[in-house]
Formats: sequence, structure tokens, C-alpha cells
Amino acid sequence: MSYLKHLKSAVIASAIAVGFALPAAADEQYFPLQSYRVGPYAAGGTGFFGGFIDYLNLINIRDGGVNGVKLTWSEGETQYEVEKGVEVYERLKNNPGVAAWNPLSVGIAYAMIDRITQDKVPLITVNHGRTDSTDGRVFPYVFPLLLNPYSETSGIVNYIAGKLGGQDKLKGKKIVVLYHGSPYGKETIPIYKLLADKYGFEVQQIEVPHPGNEQQSQWLEIRRAKPDYVVLRGWGVMNPVALKTAQKVGYPVDHIVGNVWSNSEEDVIPAGDAAKGYVAITTQASGEQYPVVQEIVKTVYGAGKGNLEDKKRIGSVYHNLGIVNGILNVEAIRIAQGKFGHRTLTGDEVRWGFEHLQLDAKRVEELGAKGLFHSINVTWKNHEGDGYVTFQQWDGAKWNVVSDWIAPDWALLRPIIEKSAAAYAAEKGIKPRTSEEAPVTTN
Amino acid sequence: MFDYQFFLEVLIGGLLSGIMYSLVALGFVLIYKTSGVLNFAQGSMLLFAALTFVSLVERGVPFWGAFAATLGVMVLLGVAVERTILRPLVNQPPITLFMATLGLSYVIEGVAQLLWGTQVHGLDLGIEDSPFEVYGVLISQFDLFAAAVAGSLVAAFSLFFRYTRIGLAFRAVADDQYAALAVGLRLPRVWAIVWTAAGVVALVAGLLWGARLGVQFSLSLVVLKALPVLVLGGFDSIAGAIVGGLLIGAIEKLSEVYIGPYFGGGIEGWAAYVVALGFLLIRPAGLFGQKLVERA
Amino acid sequence: MATPVRNTPLVTPERLGVLLLLIVAYGVIPVIGTGYLFDAILTPFLALSLAAVGLNILTGYAGQVSLGSAAFLAVGAFAAFNFNLRVPGLPFVVSIVLAGLTAAAIGIVFGLPSLRLRGFYLAVSTLAAQFFVQWALTKFSWFSNDNPSGVIDAPPLTLAGFAFTGPIGRYLFSLTIVVVITFAVTRLIRSQTGRNFVAVRDHETAARVIGVPVLGTKLVAFGISSFIIGVAGVLWAFAYLRTVETGGFNIDRSFQILFIIIIGGLASLRGAFLGAAFIVVFPLILSRTGAALFGGVFDSGVLEMSQRIGIGALIILFLILEPRGLSALVDRVWDWVRPRRAAALGGATPRSFFIRKLQPKGRT
Repeated sequence: MSYLKHLKSAVIASAIAVGFALPAAADEQYFPLQSYRVGPYAAGGTGFFGGFIDYLNLINIRDGGVNGVKLTWSEGETQYEVEKGVEVYERLKNNPGVAAWNPLSVGIAYAMIDRITQDKVPLITVNHGRTDSTDGRVFPYVFPLLLNPYSETSGIVNYIAGKLGGQDKLKGKKIVVLYHGSPYGKETIPIYKLLADKYGFEVQQIEVPHPGNEQQSQWLEIRRAKPDYVVLRGWGVMNPVALKTAQKVGYPVDHIVGNVWSNSEEDVIPAGDAAKGYVAITTQASGEQYPVVQEIVKTVYGAGKGNLEDKKRIGSVYHNLGIVNGILNVEAIRIAQGKFGHRTLTGDEVRWGFEHLQLDAKRVEELGAKGLFHSINVTWKNHEGDGYVTFQQWDGAKWNVVSDWIAPDWALLRPIIEKSAAAYAAEKGIKPRTSEEAPVTTN
Repeated sequence: MFDYQFFLEVLIGGLLSGIMYSLVALGFVLIYKTSGVLNFAQGSMLLFAALTFVSLVERGVPFWGAFAATLGVMVLLGVAVERTILRPLVNQPPITLFMATLGLSYVIEGVAQLLWGTQVHGLDLGIEDSPFEVYGVLISQFDLFAAAVAGSLVAAFSLFFRYTRIGLAFRAVADDQYAALAVGLRLPRVWAIVWTAAGVVALVAGLLWGARLGVQFSLSLVVLKALPVLVLGGFDSIAGAIVGGLLIGAIEKLSEVYIGPYFGGGIEGWAAYVVALGFLLIRPAGLFGQKLVERA
Repeated sequence: MATPVRNTPLVTPERLGVLLLLIVAYGVIPVIGTGYLFDAILTPFLALSLAAVGLNILTGYAGQVSLGSAAFLAVGAFAAFNFNLRVPGLPFVVSIVLAGLTAAAIGIVFGLPSLRLRGFYLAVSTLAAQFFVQWALTKFSWFSNDNPSGVIDAPPLTLAGFAFTGPIGRYLFSLTIVVVITFAVTRLIRSQTGRNFVAVRDHETAARVIGVPVLGTKLVAFGISSFIIGVAGVLWAFAYLRTVETGGFNIDRSFQILFIIIIGGLASLRGAFLGAAFIVVFPLILSRTGAALFGGVFDSGVLEMSQRIGIGALIILFLILEPRGLSALVDRVWDWVRPRRAAALGGATPRSFFIRKLQPKGRT
């Protein structure tokens, strides 16, 4: 008996010895980050990339990586400038095991589209990006996850309808859209018109020239027009100025609905009192109370590896967006590993993972994100994933969720998206995919 | 039926905004008048002053204490700039000096963010901005307050220039640098004081604009609003800065509201420049500016 | 008009230097260069150099300060895109030329104020071009082919039926265009028009007195400069970034190009290239060494801020120490290395590769 026991321990010991003797070829999956921590949008950048890195750290520390594959990353500062983003891309793209690119910048994302398509590595533009890249048949490697600008519009209109008592109550009402004078701001004009025609409300679009630090005349016009709701499609300094100027002309702030880039603490704090009662759309709720955020606080910040310098910002809108983005990226890797094996994946394999990124409410709860975000259902044709939205109201100190999860009218928007994507395909001579492709599995 | 009430609202709002532009332009004029330098760093000085003030207040320093401390910092900045940049570059063509101020703006922006961080801040000056109406015409309380402050600052500077020795020295230097030297005025000292004065203007403008926009990186972009004012009023005239500001503010807002819709809106950004440009073609040195003398 | 007297030999050290440079650029670099070198350093360098050459003609040689150059980059890019898209069968090179002409036309329109304005007044009024063009290109979606995101995508770069793809292809395409245009500019500067530019810059009244058509000269300067900047815009948008929106052609870009010619040296073609190299490469070097040395200690934000301060301080230092720019600095070094050359030319030091000081033989 004892002989067998000794043999067993000898076998185990030698197995361990061999394990240690083998070079620690621990597989790694790499995230290059074109981050911006300085410049005009630094506040959002530090929050988002901080949240993303915090989640990656959580997976590494708590789980030892994704099925043993450790997550690594490095940051290149872009200051939100396009050519710096491109330079960081060129510099980091040859690192082994690149999983995906997550720029959080429209300009940089656009400059990357051609490049990553050639490199066969996915580009994740969460909540932003080219609307037509939702059509995965034409843009196999671009993923505007959770929300594209068209869905956002539909979500806002559905919320307003809800506040008025139903979609039929929209008839005869007046909505003003105050938009940033840039392609981003103009992008949703046709969709508002579409929805206005469908539901019978009047929509007026008023432009604020970049950067938007003077909105006197625009708000006087709004005051004259007396709309029922004002939608704020802003960016940067335009947001707090809009709220302050609204107060100046006496427009009630709780009838201003902000879009997804006018929804953060950085947008309302400079406006002070004028922002109390302001409502904005979001794909992820704010706050620290969600299990995954609590875990990050305990595990990551507890170990001193937290990325945010100011711990009061944990749970803020951008920080939570970074965490949710982290969840989406990691789950895509996990799903892809399920098919291809627990090892470093190629970019194309990660792309396959993203195209099967289907997290229902139950899975979201397992991940500790119940209430943080709703669900996602990405397919090879639909790279947005039908993200749900909710709305939060600012009370002067924090955001409070004031709505259920709302679904945008995806079916209504899809034909327009397909038309635009088809135009791009025609321009570039791309043949749209007719079925999923098997990914390239060699590095 | 022309909506006179609305027209008045837009006009008054424009005039009051214009005073805020004048305030920024004033800083430019002070420096240009006495040293011929177009100080592009005025915007970053504004940002730096506002950021310093707000950061001190957030750390518990009382309002006037923070104000005095920031004032001190701007004085130091003015002296430092004169010593390190102006003196070595004293005989260079204006374009070189302009580029140097551009480089300076990078430095100041970098130092401001390094010292105080990249967060956004709200700035509360204690004035409630609820609207009040005069015969149904909306006027903003905050804008009136800002106009009053700007007006008093301008009045103070005008008195300063006319009735003090240093003010006299400024005017002498502005008029003819060589003659001023010949009379025995010490140019470096005058320039240091001018840059400090511009720093003070930057502080006041920074506080008012910061209260309007919030204190964040984009605050330095207000200089783009001041440039048409300078062009219209003349780069070296304080009266021009005021009148120019009022005109630009009013024209900008009125054109956005009444002409804008024909273009689809959003013309404010370039309307001011085009108007200033058109005006310049009639009076190439601006309303009150000195006619540029051809180089002999 | 008297013909210039040739008193310099056909083969000069400068010309040999340029030839050598071209051989290296065409023959050596494509072989040894990496994708990073082409896509992140050389191609933007070429585009910015060309823009700087264009602006230098206007500001350096003709003395008209312009702060709106980014607008013409945008006009060039969007015009080339539209010509290529909407005129079927048009060779890409023709689209580029037409784009340049469009930029030239708009440049002349916005250059009209130069007939009345000088100095900073002119500079600020060129901002009207900057803001108006950016607004127009954004507002009217026709320019971006009704793309919902307002972006334009690069068409294939073809020259005489040969498609330039890949990092090396795009680099060679840009290189060829830059070389051709720069060569044309060297001829321009030595021509009567070039001398007119300098005359108008140095003393307008005197120029008028000796018969230089001042108004026409200024407009020609605006036109040619805008043409070149327009072509540079095509390179920037289609060879380098490949997908652009109007946001990238903002006032910061205009300032960047102005920086390049000031740092490189006004009225110096060589300076345009030196300045562009400096602007492209120096921030990279600074941030990489900063990250290498201090990366573990400070976070990237602090390093970036310090880098920004460093660049600003360096620009100021540069302007103090050598206000005539990098090109003059190179001259100084060259003279220090080969002092006999300076003596041989009678004490006159060569100012740049491309401008010869004419010294007529036999006259005192």
C-alpha cells in the first residue's frame, strides 16, 4: 500500500517538476490601447480606459485569465488625434496575440477601418462608429457594439413616447434636436425625420457650431419655438454650455434628453445647478452597487492595481462603459476559445467570437452585471447586437436610473443601414458576405 | 408680423455676449499695443488662471484668498514670460513672436494640466442665472453681471492709462518704442507689467467664462471668438475691443437667427469672420486701429 | 528682362546631395523599410512636407501670412474624391490635378483680401477660409456622397494604369508626387514669378515702382500655394489616413503646417522638409524615450503633458537660438564643416539647396 502511495506521490512530484521545467509558455491575449489621458477629452478617456483595464485586471487576478490565457495590454497616448492613433496602431499591431482594437474615437476608428480589415483583427467601436458598419456582411471586422447612432435616436424617441403615455401620444408634439455641428451631429437627422413622419410629431434641428461654447441664439430660438422636448446631441463643452444656457432662457431642464455622448458626469458637473433634473440615455447604468463593480473594488483596487487615480470616479458613466466594454471583449474571447481551444487566438478567431457574442439576461447576471447592462446579441450580419438602453437622471451628485430597459426599433432602421453599407461596398468593390466564413487560424 | 420682442432678445443677448468677447480681446490689445506681439497664449493663460482658481477653491481656500493667490501666480507668469521669451526675441519679426506665443501656449496648457489634472470643474460665482424679463424681453442676470465687470475693468484700465505714470509709460511705448527708450523708459519693466496686466485680464475673463462654460480644456478656445473682434476693432485699440465686441456679438447672433436658416444653420462660426473681413476691406486697420505704416 | 547669368557649375554638391537622396528614397528605403516606417512616418511626412512647400510659397516667399491652410487640405481631398467618384473613367491623376485647381480657385477667392490687408489682419481673415470651408464640407452631405457619418474613403491610387497598394505602394505614390511638384516649385522660384513674390514680400511699394504687378502676384501666390496644399490634402487623406472626416482639417492642423515652415525656415524649400521631419518624428522620439526612461514611474498622462511642455519649450528655444529655422542651422553646420567653400564664394554663404544667389560676372 505505502509503495503505491509513494509511487503516486512520485508521479505527481515528477509531473510538477516537469511542469516547472517546461518554459512557462503561458498563452497571452493582447489588447493594444489607443488611449487618451490628456487633451480636451481626457476626462472621458481616463474613465473609459481605466474601467477597461480594471476589468482585464479583475479577470487576471480573480480567474487567472480567460481559461488560463492571461490578458495583457499596453497603452499609446493619442490625445484624441487621428494621426497619433494611426501611429500607435502601426507601432503596436505587430505584437503577438492582438485580440481587438478599442479606440473610443470616431476619427481614429475611421482611419483604422481599412487597416484592420487587411490585418484581420476586429475593431470595436462601442456606442459609436460608422452606423453602416452594423451590417456585418460588408464590414466583417468592425463592431459598433451595443448601440449605433440610429438605434440611439429610436431609443430616445421611444423614451419620450413612454413619458407622454404611449407612442400614439407623440402625434402633434414638438421636439427640437440641438446637434453638434459636425458629421457626428448631423448623422441622425434623417432618422429623426423618419420617426417624425411615422409617429406624427414635429422635429426641428438646430445646429451648434463646434465647439459650442456659445449657444445664446440657439436657445433663444428654442425658447421661441416652445418644444415639448429638447434632445441634446452634443459633445465636449457643448453639453454643459447647453444646460447652462437652457437655464438662462428658462427652459425646464427635465425636458432635455441627452444622447449617449452627453450623458456623463463630465458633461454635467461644469453646469452646476443647471444640470439638476437632466435626463440622458445610456447603455450601462452608473453606480458601484453592481456585483462586478464591487468585485473590482475589492479585488483590483484592494490589491492596489486600480487604474483610476480618483476612487470617487469608480462607477461613473465612462468607467462603467469601460467595464462593460471589458466584459464584451473578454466574453468574445471566451466564446471563441470554446470553439478553437484555450490558447492565444488569432484576430480572425476573436472576430468569430464577437460574431457569436450572445449574452442573454441570465448570462449577464452570472457575470455580475445584472442591472449594469441588459444583453447583447451579435450575429455575423448584425454587428451592433441589439443593445437595450435606459435613461438616467442627474440629481446634482449622481445619476439615478429612471426608466426600464427600452428597445430601439431595430427593424425599422435596418433597411437604411443596409442601403448605406451597400453604397460603401459598391464604392470599394467589396462583395458582401453571403454566409459566415471560417476564420483564419494561423498566426 | 415681425417679432420685435424676439429680435430685441437676440440683440441684447448678442451685445452681452459681445462684452464677454471684448474681455478676452482686451488681453490681446494690451500686449499688442505695447509690444506688437499677438499673444496667442492668451487663451491658455485664461485656462490656467481659471484652473488655478477653481482648484484652490475646491481645496477649501476661500474665494478672495484664491483670487489673490491666482493673481499672484499670474504676476509671476507675466514676469517669467517677459524674461524668458520677450527679451531674447526682441528684434524678431512679428510672425516669429506669434509663433513663440503659440509655443508658450503649449507650455502653459501642459503645466496647467500637470499641476491641476485633466478633470472638468464647475465654477460657481454665486450669481443665479434665472432669467428675468423686461417688457417680455428676456435678459440674463449673469450676462449683465459679466458686462458690468467687464465694463468696470475697461474703465479701470482707461483711467490707469490716462492718469498714472505707468499708464503714461505704456502709451509712450505703444506710440514709439525708440522714442520711449530715448526718454529713459525701461522697456523690459514696462513689458513685464503689461504681461501681468494681461494676466489679470485673463484671470477675470477666465472666471467669467469658466462660470459660463465650466473649467475645462476647451476654455482656451474662446480666443477664436476674440479674433474677429480684434480684426474689427483694431488690434491696438481698447475702445475698438469694446465696440468691436459689441458689434461682433450682435451681428453673430442676429445672423445665426435670421440668415442662418437659409444655409441650414450653424453659420455662427464663420459669420463673424466674414463680417469682420468685409468690414476690413473698407477700413483695413479696423475701426479704431492705427493705420499700418509702410516699412521705409 | 535680363537672363540670369550662369556662373555655377552644373554639378554642385547640393545637386549631388539631392540625387543621392532620391536614390536612397526610391531604391534603398523600400527595400529595408518596415510597414511602420512607411505608414506612420514617411507617408505623413511626405504629405505634410508638400503642404509646407505650398504654404512656404505663400508665406515664406510672397510674405502673405495664412492661417487657413487646413481648409485647402480639405478642399483638395474632398474635390479629388468627388471628381473620382462622379466622373466615370477619369484617371486618378487627373482627379488630383482637378482637385488642386479647385483648391487654387478657392484660394484665390479667399486671397482677395490680401489686396487690402497686411500682417495679422490678413492672417486672421484667412481664418474665414478655415471656418467656412470646414462648415461647408460638413453641412452639405453631397461632398461626402451622402455618407451618414460624413466620411470619405480613399479610392484606389492609380498612376498610368498601375495601382499603388500596400504601404510601400502608397509611399512611392506620395514620393513621386512630392518630387514632381517640388521640382516644379524650384523652377518657379527661379523664374520671374518667383522673383516677383520676393519683391512683393520685401517691399511692396518698391516692387510696384519697378513694375511688378503686385495685385496679380499676390493672387498667383495664393493660387499656386493652394493648388499645392490641395494636392497635399489628397495625399494626406488617401495615401495616409484612407478614411477622413472634416474634423481632421481643423485649426490645429493649420497651425501645425505654419509651425513646420517657421521651424524649418521661411523661404526655404529644404526647410519645409526639415520642418516636417521635425514635427513628425520629434514628438515620437520624445514620447518613446520618455516612456522608456520613466514609463514605470509616471503614468502616460503625466508623460504626455511633459512632452507637450517639452515641445513648446523647444519651439521657443528654437525661435530664440535660430529664428531662421532648421535650414539655416544646417547651413551653419555645413559652413563650419567646410569653411573653404564659404571663402570661395566670396564670403557669401549658400542659403539653401534650391535658391542660388545670382552673382553676375564682371560687374562690381
